[in-house]
Amino acid sequence: MINISEVIETNKMIEKENLDVRTITMGISLLDCADGNLDRLCQNIYYKITKYARDLVRTGEDISKEFGIPIVNKRISITPISLVGGTACQKPEDYVKIAKTLDKAAQELGINFLGGYSAIVSKGMTKSDELLIRSIPQAMAETNFICSSVNVGSTKTGINMDAVRLMGEIVKETAERTKDKQSLGCAKLVVLCNAPDDNPFMAGAFHGVSEADAIINVGVSGPGVVKYALEQIRDANFEVLCETIKKTAFKITRVGQLVAQEASARLGVPFGIIDLSLAPTPAIDDTVADTLQEIGLEHAGAPGTTAALALLNDQVKKGGVMASSYVGGLSGAFIPVSEDQGMIDAVDCGCLTIEKLEAMTCVCSVGLDMIAIPGDTPATTISGIIADEAAIGMVNQKTTAVRIIPAIGMKVGDNVEFGGLLGHAPIMPVNTFDCSRFVNRQGRIPAPIHSFKN
Amino acid sequence: MNKTIITVVGKDTVGIIAKVCTYLADNNVNILDISQTIVQEYFNMMMIVDMSTLKKPFEVAAQELNQIGEQMGVQVKCQREEIFDKMHRI
Repeated sequence: MINISEVIETNKMIEKENLDVRTITMGISLLDCADGNLDRLCQNIYYKITKYARDLVRTGEDISKEFGIPIVNKRISITPISLVGGTACQKPEDYVKIAKTLDKAAQELGINFLGGYSAIVSKGMTKSDELLIRSIPQAMAETNFICSSVNVGSTKTGINMDAVRLMGEIVKETAERTKDKQSLGCAKLVVLCNAPDDNPFMAGAFHGVSEADAIINVGVSGPGVVKYALEQIRDANFEVLCETIKKTAFKITRVGQLVAQEASARLGVPFGIIDLSLAPTPAIDDTVADTLQEIGLEHAGAPGTTAALALLNDQVKKGGVMASSYVGGLSGAFIPVSEDQGMIDAVDCGCLTIEKLEAMTCVCSVGLDMIAIPGDTPATTISGIIADEAAIGMVNQKTTAVRIIPAIGMKVGDNVEFGGLLGHAPIMPVNTFDCSRFVNRQGRIPAPIHSFKN
Repeated sequence: MNKTIITVVGKDTVGIIAKVCTYLADNNVNILDISQTIVQEYFNMMMIVDMSTLKKPFEVAAQELNQIGEQMGVQVKCQREEIFDKMHRI
């Protein structure tokens, strides 16, 4: 039987160390909503989403109350909308109409975000994909709950540089369109390489074509819990350090597994995966950067950061894998700048640069995340940054992403404030040397040699 | 059986256990196990109870227990056992 010290330990994790379930995300396939008529398509989409996810928020709240564990977000991911809107949408504005329908459904259901305003263009773009991508700036400006993602490369296909070039412009335009809200639109837009089909985390969540009609995916959190556990074994050797992270990750993940199974049973929707990511929030002590500090760095970004992060990421996976029957999504440590107070501090004191963050993305999920850069950064430079990240993902057979915010009208030294879970971010300097001749080449980068495994 | 863990944390005072137990008896809830300890001068009590005979919704009982705790200046939490079981048992 459970003893009192175990009960105290669990409740301390929840109350003092910010243990929570970050998200219950319901994936819903919209493939059967497709229709040549735009109004009927929108109707089908609205009807299916509101029918399937009717009880999602209430179920999340019930589970939260019964088990005494906060469930921070309830979200929905949908089939990449470029696959659904192809025949009905003739111009970007048609896609915006779908975005507004999705926004209305999200509001009606009371969910936090809806992801899947997306296109998968890792090798080439269809007309439909391109229309959707060109509609993103307006869609981000005129909706509140919609998240957008574009997959521009994969290990199997190489990198679609035409899409990379276009996304540099789209990110800039999205920033411009939402400049009265500190370019917030870019915080809901991510460019991916090797995007997984079952990711529950925003902004990159979508319900891939390999998935069933509906599915429940759960993302756990808990960098604060890992940090606290490491404080208890300060200066221990690497074996003890790694074992401690592993055991803690196991415990965190078990809570996610329990919540996922409960949600799945109560909603009558199959359980998909647990995403093992350590996801920070702007709350004090809920940061991955502080965990790196506890491992022994003065600040995130100091020499040794990449190694410490590699270790942390690997141990989280090793502990988490045994705790869950199915693991998927992004599964690693997130290093978003604006959402992690420790990262913000590291940038403010000059320890952490974009280049070091890029190195860190080689060993963890997911990429250059929630980084604010000067608003006058050229689109080609943003494309260059996207291409670099996509190359890391392609060659290392991992997911990488860029969620970067060129904050219009702001320069290095300024701060952008997004509020809530998105936090705030100091504007970081970007290498100002030009890459436009590289980015402006047409076509795609071929798949790497190690992708030919047949 | 619907096992639930009730925890009481706060400054020790007269009648904490009595009040909680009275509430449980009034609501037809059987107590399976009680243990208590003092951690850093704070009173910690844990009860394992069976809620399957409870006559009202779980969340109502949880809220009422919480209110009883507030009156005595302690925190009373009511959680289903699985969260502890999953975390600490393979």
